[in-house]
Amino acid sequence: MNKTNATALAFAAGFAGLSPAPAQAGDPNLARNLSATCANCHGTNGRSLGGMESLAGVDKNKLLDKLKAFRSDAKPATIMHQISKGYSEEQLDLIAGWFAAQK
Amino acid sequence: MRQFDRREFLRAAGGAGAMAALYGCGVAGSKASGHVVVVGGGYGGATAAKYLRMWSQGSVEVTLIERNPRFVSCPISNLVIAGEKTLAEITVGYEGLQKYGVKLVHGDVVAVDADRRSLKLASGDTLSWDRLVLAPGIDFMYYSLPGLDNAAAQETILHAWKAGAQTLALRKQLQAMPDGGIYALCVPKAPYRCPPGPYERASLVAWYFKQNKPRSKVLILDANEDIVSKRGLFMKAWADAYAGIIEYRAQSELRDVDVANRTAILEFDKVKADVLNVVPPQRAGSIALQAGLIDVNQRWCSVDWLSMESTAARGIHVLGDACFPAPAMPKSGHMANQHAKLAAAAILNLLAGQRPSDQPMVVNTCYSFVDNRNVIHVASVHAYDAQARTLQPVKGAGGLSSAPNEMEGKFALAWARNIWADMLG
Repeated sequence: MNKTNATALAFAAGFAGLSPAPAQAGDPNLARNLSATCANCHGTNGRSLGGMESLAGVDKNKLLDKLKAFRSDAKPATIMHQISKGYSEEQLDLIAGWFAAQK
Repeated sequence: MRQFDRREFLRAAGGAGAMAALYGCGVAGSKASGHVVVVGGGYGGATAAKYLRMWSQGSVEVTLIERNPRFVSCPISNLVIAGEKTLAEITVGYEGLQKYGVKLVHGDVVAVDADRRSLKLASGDTLSWDRLVLAPGIDFMYYSLPGLDNAAAQETILHAWKAGAQTLALRKQLQAMPDGGIYALCVPKAPYRCPPGPYERASLVAWYFKQNKPRSKVLILDANEDIVSKRGLFMKAWADAYAGIIEYRAQSELRDVDVANRTAILEFDKVKADVLNVVPPQRAGSIALQAGLIDVNQRWCSVDWLSMESTAARGIHVLGDACFPAPAMPKSGHMANQHAKLAAAAILNLLAGQRPSDQPMVVNTCYSFVDNRNVIHVASVHAYDAQARTLQPVKGAGGLSSAPNEMEGKFALAWARNIWADMLG
């Protein structure tokens, strides 16, 4: 099957029966979902087993400052300067807030 | 198979108190309910099973079906081939998923019926679902290499591209090879599982030869136009450390194998090796084909990137290497783990009658060893593009190591430890 058509059809079929309520309007899970992209290296819910920094329970401002410093190349890194640039400041704020709340 | 009930789930999870402790705080209450079956317990499937339970606070029932008794990691397995790690060090059991209340079934799925929302196991048991997650990994297209299209040949000319018995068998072939021998590695055309993996393997085998069999050679026969991943970094590492050991030949697609003579048959050439290691062309795992989900080039499963739901069958989500990738998205364990979280969040929304988030993101990090200590990475961040209806690499983000370094060697092993726990711990 033509892939473009298949995709378009699937989209039309997929959302036709669903409630119009969008997840993005104050999506309660956005911070959780964004933070989960960090867990591969930093541990589930930010609890690292070692060798990478644990993020769980870290003060929000401290973590946010660090992420912004990586993002602006002010703080040298092997990889975090490259990854942090993939997120907006608003997204980094959500991530820092979410990890800070993991006690 | 009988349907297990809710009390059984709570017992399996050690009661509600234990569950609450696992889920942590700051999680919005979930309205999702239903039964999700996950087929395949690798980087994608195991992560999906765990996160579905964790994020639903136990309100969604999850059954994980996996054929192998334990998980053996492909990432880090090239260190086993080089003699730097043992197979036990890259093996993790599934028991850690019990504390999340994941119901584990060891078995082989033989048939998926998308319309009836049920599947059949080789044991004859059947299982029904509200949502199915298929994380079947890859299978090899041996039919494109007639000489290798039988079980006996595949035990002689190894792939070692699924970690486990083949990993150890390749290690043994390299150990038995006399000094002065040739190890030839055939790389298939992209896309294939783990883009930098062949070049890491070539580096680590060269490192092993340099220490133990210094007159031996590594010959890379690459079907691609050029080195597929981390090109400049690998070329520099080879020039610096393995000059006279590694020889790289581009545009050298394998056409067939003369198994008895360990000879790679190319279009215009034949290459005899002492150890011939063929990474065959790949497609989505066979169960995806049986389920009718392969809809791109007769090889891959196209998905809706908001939910990882198949574009060929509603209610079935496909993860990991089996997917037809979004732009610049590699087939990696790390990416499969990210697919799993995207899918878990979307499935819980769908089971609660809500749309999936319209702004999913995924990250990839691949570390490659160029010797026993020094490592290089490639990283990328991908965000949903509503107009293009796909995940696109975020401009200005991601990148490569500047040079091989020991610090990232430590990070690579810490990455493995943490991602294995993120899946299975």
